[in-house]
Amino acid sequence: MSPDAGAAARPDEPVVDSPEAALAVAEEVLERALRGGATEAEVLLTAEDSALTRFANSEIHQNVAERSMGVNLRFVVGSRVAVIATDRIDGTGLRNLVGRAATIARSCEARPDWPGLPAPQAATGPATPAWASGTADASPEFRAAAVREVIAEADAADVLAFGSFATGSEIVAVASSTGIRASERRSASQLLTVHSSPDGGNGYAEAAAMDATAIDARGLGREAAAKARASDHPVDLPPGDYPVVLEEYAVVDLNDMLGYVGFSALAVQEDRSFFEAGKRVGSELVTIVDDAADPAGLPTAFDYEGIPKQRVTMLDAGVCRDLVYDAATAAREDRPSTGHGLPAPNPWGPFPLNAIWSPGTASRDELIGGLDRGLLVTRFHYTNVVHPKLAIVTGMTRDGTFLVEDGRLVGPVRNLRFTQSYVDALAAVRAVGRDRRTLRGLLGAAVVPAMRLDGWTFTGATEH
Amino acid sequence: MRDLTDRALDTATQQGASYADVRVVRRRDESIAVKNGRVEGVAMGETEGFGVRVLVDGAWGFASSDRLELGEAERAAALAVRIARASATAVRRPVELDDRPPAHGTYETPVEVDPFKVSLEEKLSDLIAADEAARRTPGVAFTESIYAAQREWKTFAASDGSFTEQVLTSVGSGVEANAIEGDDLQRRSYPDAGGGFRAAGYEYVRELGMVEHAAQAGEEAVALLSAPQCPPGVTTVILDPSQLYMQVHESCGHPTELDRAFGTEASYAGTSFLTPDKLASGFRYGSDLITIVADATAAGGLGTFGWDDEGVAAQAVPLIKDGIFSGYLSSREMAPRIGRSSGGAMRADGWNRIPLIRMTNVSLLPVPGMTIDDIVADTDDGLYLAYNRSWSIDDRRLNFQFATEVAYEIRNGRKGRLFKNPTYTGITYELWRSCDAVADASDWVMLGTPNCGKGEPSQTARVGHGVSAARFRNVQVGVGKW
Repeated sequence: MSPDAGAAARPDEPVVDSPEAALAVAEEVLERALRGGATEAEVLLTAEDSALTRFANSEIHQNVAERSMGVNLRFVVGSRVAVIATDRIDGTGLRNLVGRAATIARSCEARPDWPGLPAPQAATGPATPAWASGTADASPEFRAAAVREVIAEADAADVLAFGSFATGSEIVAVASSTGIRASERRSASQLLTVHSSPDGGNGYAEAAAMDATAIDARGLGREAAAKARASDHPVDLPPGDYPVVLEEYAVVDLNDMLGYVGFSALAVQEDRSFFEAGKRVGSELVTIVDDAADPAGLPTAFDYEGIPKQRVTMLDAGVCRDLVYDAATAAREDRPSTGHGLPAPNPWGPFPLNAIWSPGTASRDELIGGLDRGLLVTRFHYTNVVHPKLAIVTGMTRDGTFLVEDGRLVGPVRNLRFTQSYVDALAAVRAVGRDRRTLRGLLGAAVVPAMRLDGWTFTGATEH
Repeated sequence: MRDLTDRALDTATQQGASYADVRVVRRRDESIAVKNGRVEGVAMGETEGFGVRVLVDGAWGFASSDRLELGEAERAAALAVRIARASATAVRRPVELDDRPPAHGTYETPVEVDPFKVSLEEKLSDLIAADEAARRTPGVAFTESIYAAQREWKTFAASDGSFTEQVLTSVGSGVEANAIEGDDLQRRSYPDAGGGFRAAGYEYVRELGMVEHAAQAGEEAVALLSAPQCPPGVTTVILDPSQLYMQVHESCGHPTELDRAFGTEASYAGTSFLTPDKLASGFRYGSDLITIVADATAAGGLGTFGWDDEGVAAQAVPLIKDGIFSGYLSSREMAPRIGRSSGGAMRADGWNRIPLIRMTNVSLLPVPGMTIDDIVADTDDGLYLAYNRSWSIDDRRLNFQFATEVAYEIRNGRKGRLFKNPTYTGITYELWRSCDAVADASDWVMLGTPNCGKGEPSQTARVGHGVSAARFRNVQVGVGKW
C-alpha cells in the first residue's frame, strides 16, 4: 500500500447549504484557476443530498442515503483545454485540482477550433421554481410510509411489490471567467413499482415530481396491482406487425431514444441523425418541445454550462424544426446555445432533458377503442439502438401487454420483442392521449401522453 | 483511517446494529477522448468518501459521505441505523448472514507500467496515432478514440474485526471508425466499441496494437457501406470473442446473479429464468461443451480482487459445468437461502453505493481440440459475427437480440464477403444448447466491460469475461425490416 493511498481529513472544507454559498465556492475555485495560469476557466459545483428506499417481495431490502459535493473545472490555457473533477473541496484538494489542471492543459495540444468558453446569455423569462421542501425534507420514515402504502395495495390484490422511492435535493452553481454566474436549488423524486402476481401477471406504475409529497403512492400501488392481475395467465401471440397503443411508460422510451439519436445538434453535425429542418417525419399529431420552464416537468433554470434554458420546438406537428445546442455545437453554427449542455467533458453532446410532448384529445378508452386488432403495451425493457441514423431500436415489452380486438381488451399476451424504427413510429401515430404523465427517462424528465400507432414490428417472443 | 472506520463501526454497534461494515474508497480516473484526430477532452477525476452499512432488527441501512471526518463518521453511522430502523417497518424476512472468517490483508492489481506515471504526451501521441490510422481510408466520416485509466484505493472494516486494504487498477483504450452514405451509417471498432479494458497497467494499451487494427477498422467501415444487407434466415453462426463475451455477459452473467433470482432487481434490471429450483434439478443450460465460471482470481480480469465488498475472499465459482446449471454469483445474505456460502460477488460502485451481487470475471472455458480457424474450416455454410454493435435481452434473460458491426460469410470452410447490419436472436438456453464447437486456449482472451449497469441508484461495475470463440447451429439472423 502506498503511504499516501488513504483519504485525509478535510477540516477546512466549506459547507454549501444555499445557492449563494455554492456560488461563492465556485467563484473561489475560479479565482484559484485564474491565479494558477488559466486564461479561461469554468467551475461547475454540485452539492447533493439524495436517498432511495428500495423494496422487493413486498419488503424494504435496500435503503440508502448520500451526501456529496463535487467541483468540475474546465481549465483553459490559450486553446488547450483540460477538465478535472474532484470532491475534495478543502484547501489542499483545491490546490491539487488547479495544479493538476494546469499541468494537463499545458500538455494538451492546442485546439484550433476552440471557440472559447460561452459568454453569458440573458434568460428568456422568469425561472420556474425547481425545488420543493417536501422533497428536501423527505425522511427515511416518509419514504418507508409511502412504500408501505404501495405494499398495502399489493397485499390487497395478493401480489408482490418491487420498486423504489427516490428523493433528492441538489444545489448547482456555475461561475466562469466570461462572466457567467448561475446558481439554483433543485429537487426531484420518483416512485416506481412493479407488481407481480403468482399467476404470471405483472403491472407497472411510476410517477416523478419536483415535490415528493405530490406523489400518490397508494394510487400507484393500486394501478400496478390492477395491471398485474389483469395480465395473469398470458398467452402466446405470434410476432408480426400489429397496431399498438403505447402507454406513457412506453412513450418515454421513444422520447429518450429520439433525443439521443435525433434531436441533438451534435448528432446532426456528425450526420448521424434522421433530423432535417423542415422535413416531415411524424404525424401532425406529434409535437415535442424541450421546455425546462414547464412546471409539469422537473424545471431547471440553466444548463451545466450556466446558460439559461431556452424553449426549443424539436418536432412541430410532425415537422423537424430545431435542435438542442450546447456551447460547442452552437459555436460551430455561429448561433447561441439553447442551454442544453451537459457537464464537461461531454461526448454525448447536448441533450433535451425536459421534453414535453403535446397532449391529444383521446381518452385512454378511446385510444384502445380505435384498435381493430392490436396490442396495448405498458412499457418497454432494455431497448438499444440497432441503427442510429434510421433510428431502428430493439427491445422487449414487459409488465402488461394485452391483445385488443374490436376496441376491447381480450387478454394478456406473453412479452414480445420488437425491432422498429422510432422515426417510422412517429409517422404512424394516429391518436394521442389527452392525459400525460411526468416520468424520469434516460436523463432528465419527460411529460408524455399515451399514443395509438397503426403499426409496430414485433420480431420475437419470450416465455413470460 | 482506522480512527474513522472504528468511529463508524462503534457508533453503529452502540446504536443497535448487530452487524456493520464501512468502506473508505478513494478513486482516481483519467480519460482522454480524441475525435477526428483532435483531442476533444482530457479529464481527470478524484473522489473519496466512505459508506456505512448496518444491520438492525434484520434490516439494512446505508449512509455515505464525502467528508472524511470523525464527526461525519458518527453522523453517517447514526443515519444508517435510523434508515435501517425505517426499513425494519417493512421487512418480512429478517436478513441473516452466512459465516465467514474475518478478512485481513492487502491486495494490489499487478501492474507493469503504472498508467498514472506514463506522461500525458505519450498517451496523447498513442491515441492520436490510432485515430489517424482509422481515418486513413477515404470515406471514413468520423473517428473516435478513447483512453481511460482508473485506480481505486479501498479500505474495508467490519464489526467482526475484518480489515482489508486493496489497490485496484484498470486501463482501457479503443478506436472506432464511422462511414456514412445517405441514410446509412456503418461503424467498425477495435478492440470493442467503447474500448477494451483490463486490470493491468499501460502495458495492456501497448499490447493492443491499436494503430494496425485501427487501419483495418477504417477499411471495413467503408467497405460495409457497399456490402449487402445480412440476409434473414436460420443458419450456423460463429461468434468471435469480441461478440461472444457480450453473449456470456447478458445471457449467463446476469441470470446467474442470485439477487435477480430472488427478485430484488425485479423493478429495474429484471429477474432471472435460472430460478433456484433449476439449480436443484440440474437444468441443462447448454451443450456439454459449455463450462462457465465466475473467477475473481483470473489474471487481468476487470473483476479480479482480493476480497469482495463484504470481506469474502476472491474465488472461482462454477456457474455452468458441462452444460449443467451449477451455481450462482452470490452474497453473504443470499447464499444461505440456497444452502451455500457466499461466492464473494458483492461489489459496490465507489464509496456512495451499497454493495450488490455483481459479476466478477464470468468466463467461458476453452475446449481443447479446435482453434477458431479450425472451426471456420469445419463450417460449410454460415456467418462469422464480430464486434458488438447493440444488445438487448428480456427481463428474465431469455429472449436476446444482438447486432454486430460485421458479418463475414462462411462458405465451404472459408471466410468470404462482408454483410452489413447483421443481427441474431434467440432464447438463451436454446442457443447455448446448440453450441457444437468452442475454440481452444490458444484463442482464449480476457475481455470485459467497464460499464455494466445495475441497481438503484444506478451503479456501474467493471466485469471481466474470458472467451475464445464458439459455433452455434440453427440461429435466426437478419431480424427486422431494413
